[in-house]
Amino acid sequence: MPSITLIVNGAEHKTECASGESLLSVLRHRLGLTGTKYGCGEGQCGACTVLLRGKATRSCLTPAESVAGEKLVTIEGLAANDHMHPLQQAFLDEEAFQCGYCTSGMIMSAYSVLLAHPHPSDEEIIQYMDGNVCRCGTYPRIMAAIRRAAQGAKKP
Amino acid sequence: MKELAPVRPTDNDMQEAEQHAVEPLRHLFEVNRRDLFKLLGAGLVVGLCRPGAFAQESGRGRGEEIPHDVASWLHIGGDGWITVFTGKVEMGQNIRTSLAQQVAEELRTRISLIKMIMGDTDLTPFDLGTFGSRSTPQMGSQLRKVAAVAREILLDMAAQRWHAERSSLVAHNGVITNPSTKESLNYAELTHGQKLVKVVADDAVLTPATQWHVAGTSAPKVDGKAFVTGLHKYTSDLTQPGMLHGTILRPKAFNTTLVSLDAKEAEKLPGIKVVRDGDFVGIVAPDPHAALNAREALKAEWNAPTQISEPALFDSLRQGTDGESRRGGFGGGRETGSVQTAMAAAAKTLSQTYTAAYIQHAPLEPRAAVAEWENNKLTVWTGTQRPFGVREELSAAFHIPLDQVRVIVPDTGSAYGGKHTGECAVEAARLAKAAGKPVKLVWTRQEEFTWAYFRPAGVIDVKSGIAVDGTLVAWEFHNYNSGPAGINTPYNVANQKIEFHPAKNPPLRQGSYRGLAATANHFARESHMDELAHLAGMDPLAFRLKNITDTRLRAAFEVAAQRFGWGKQKATPTRGFGIAGGFEKGGYLATCAEVAVDRSMGRVKIVRVVQSFDCGAVINPNGLRNQISGAIVQGIGGALFEAIHFDNGRIGNPYFADYRLPRFSDVPQIEVELIDRKDQPSMGAGETPLMGLAPAVAGAIFSATGIRLRSLPLMAKPLPAA
Ligand code: FES
Ligand code: FES
Repeated sequence: MPSITLIVNGAEHKTECASGESLLSVLRHRLGLTGTKYGCGEGQCGACTVLLRGKATRSCLTPAESVAGEKLVTIEGLAANDHMHPLQQAFLDEEAFQCGYCTSGMIMSAYSVLLAHPHPSDEEIIQYMDGNVCRCGTYPRIMAAIRRAAQGAKKP
Repeated sequence: MKELAPVRPTDNDMQEAEQHAVEPLRHLFEVNRRDLFKLLGAGLVVGLCRPGAFAQESGRGRGEEIPHDVASWLHIGGDGWITVFTGKVEMGQNIRTSLAQQVAEELRTRISLIKMIMGDTDLTPFDLGTFGSRSTPQMGSQLRKVAAVAREILLDMAAQRWHAERSSLVAHNGVITNPSTKESLNYAELTHGQKLVKVVADDAVLTPATQWHVAGTSAPKVDGKAFVTGLHKYTSDLTQPGMLHGTILRPKAFNTTLVSLDAKEAEKLPGIKVVRDGDFVGIVAPDPHAALNAREALKAEWNAPTQISEPALFDSLRQGTDGESRRGGFGGGRETGSVQTAMAAAAKTLSQTYTAAYIQHAPLEPRAAVAEWENNKLTVWTGTQRPFGVREELSAAFHIPLDQVRVIVPDTGSAYGGKHTGECAVEAARLAKAAGKPVKLVWTRQEEFTWAYFRPAGVIDVKSGIAVDGTLVAWEFHNYNSGPAGINTPYNVANQKIEFHPAKNPPLRQGSYRGLAATANHFARESHMDELAHLAGMDPLAFRLKNITDTRLRAAFEVAAQRFGWGKQKATPTRGFGIAGGFEKGGYLATCAEVAVDRSMGRVKIVRVVQSFDCGAVINPNGLRNQISGAIVQGIGGALFEAIHFDNGRIGNPYFADYRLPRFSDVPQIEVELIDRKDQPSMGAGETPLMGLAPAVAGAIFSATGIRLRSLPLMAKPLPAA
């Protein structure tokens, strides 16, 4: 089986990877990074969202080979030394989840909203987040969490 | 302070239980005393008997066994941890937290000291399942009783130790104090080195809600951090040493038989095992990707019978009943007076039909299971609402005794009534057995959409009559197939006939869905009430209030209407307002909706929803608001656009791309009004808040356009141009 190198959350991983295997599958099954979730495998739910060059990317539709050598961030890479990222804290503070299955993907997508718009309007949040599904229906709280995290950020 | 009456299972519980046909088993609690203390360390164990069962204190002289029939129990360890055991499972409805809160309340301790062991058939007492909004009224009150008894025992222990007057001692914040001597001991110190088991009858005195300190507050989710950091392990995230990955070859249609299978190519692939057993074909592989490749290499021929397609659905449901209508009892429904006579005498009458499509739960975590056989004992980790039910399924499938099967339910990526069954668990166990290794099986979205089950579709016929002043005088209601939950009307009407007619051969596999048929029945009833209001020339709210005496339901309507500003704004062709309400599973609700209508595009957008909800004494206001708001959002899907399409035994839209779910852009402004009735028992809230949205939105669309939509989803087709 061919092997590739991925740079995930700052660490280099050399891993086996079948031809055509998705990034999601490699992260979950070969690297044991199960924080990134499978929800549909068709790019429609956002549960599998990771950051690729700072951009929210659906790992289920991304062939792992295509990102060999690239820098990736997954939900496991957001907290630094046990300090949660402000977005994670904001999701906790707003209790912006129920079952939590969408949460990793929501936080990663929210991260890319804030990268693009440090103080996003509701329309901007919706525009970036509309590809992420929360079947438990916690959208209003997720919006509140993103606004809260944005307030904590310094004005540009 | 008046004591609250114990909460007994309601008709609704029984209906729900009946729909799943699971008998409560006894004699299933098999952890003995020695194992228990080995597992948890020394301490105090308090168990509570099922009502009516063995009623005396035990623990001494009963040998090693903990008595059967223990409904719930907890352990207070010499290390300070309090471990609570319940067969309920957490799927996002927040009971891990709300149950811990209730224990902390009665035990006079902190939530942070409580560990909840949930949904593990080897460790937790038998439980029917987590559904029907029963966890709060039943498990909550049981655990409160266990905790209250434990507190009293701790007080006894302290009194004995200090030779003190028991009634002078105070339990607070995990510590017992003797105010006169200033002596104090925490629970760990009291139970240290003890191996005491007490099982008591179900008669503890509970703290009234007005005196709650921990319950009744918005305690944060107990393990919230694990979810926002991605560290929580759902079933699909688990691994076992040596674990392999499975996949199943699915036929192209329902009810097919396998004619032939050519597995030669697949079997040539490295590490692949093909498992065939009758019509079952599965693959076991070293990794999921290899499993899929091997499945692609299988060549199978299936024989599929001709099956009912979507256009024939409602006729088939109406005609395909067993002819036996169900009134009263567990089938739901009732008959009083004479509808016929009342209809003949009524000032105005109305007859309409409403329908509801098949929809799916689409939990974001599809079914998953990890199965492991070890010395003939089968252990399966799986996300199910019925761990004990799945254990039975496994025991039956593999012809092994129940005590050789253990089902463990990790906190699950939601279910909404869709995970009662153990099909994935059985499949994983089958593959693991054939492979001789632990196997993980995770269903794909397409499998979940096809091989799980659906909320039943239904047809509802309503006939009614009103007097000149708008008094409801006759009500006849026939529900075909969707179910009996919420079928009875909360409105006063002397002459009524209400029946549920189950279809004999529904075209799709159907089962429980959050709120069961209460959603369809409320949609039909509340839409019809709206139509009657129009017929009577009355305001929809005024018409309803004229026909309700129940004070809690009236309050729900009035509170929601007040907050919404009902009647303050006139509907226009582009703005409409609707109201609906009801009572189900101990909860009272009313929903007001405002919609924006764009006739040129045929579109409807829900812009504002105000919902009141009364489920007795509120245990966790923030968690409850989250549930209510989430139910409203989920309700948007079924109300406006969710529908399963099917054709000749095949699902037409088994993908998120073709099955439209509510998204950020669909969400209205949502305002929730909690009516906290501290004088009433706490009831569940996971389901009932879903009921009001669809009829309120249908009413709002009517108020703007004059178009009455009587089928769910309402926006299956765009609205016609004006
Ligand atoms: S799993 Fe990738 S978008 Fe759903
Ligand atoms: S919290 Fe359950 S899917 Fe979002």
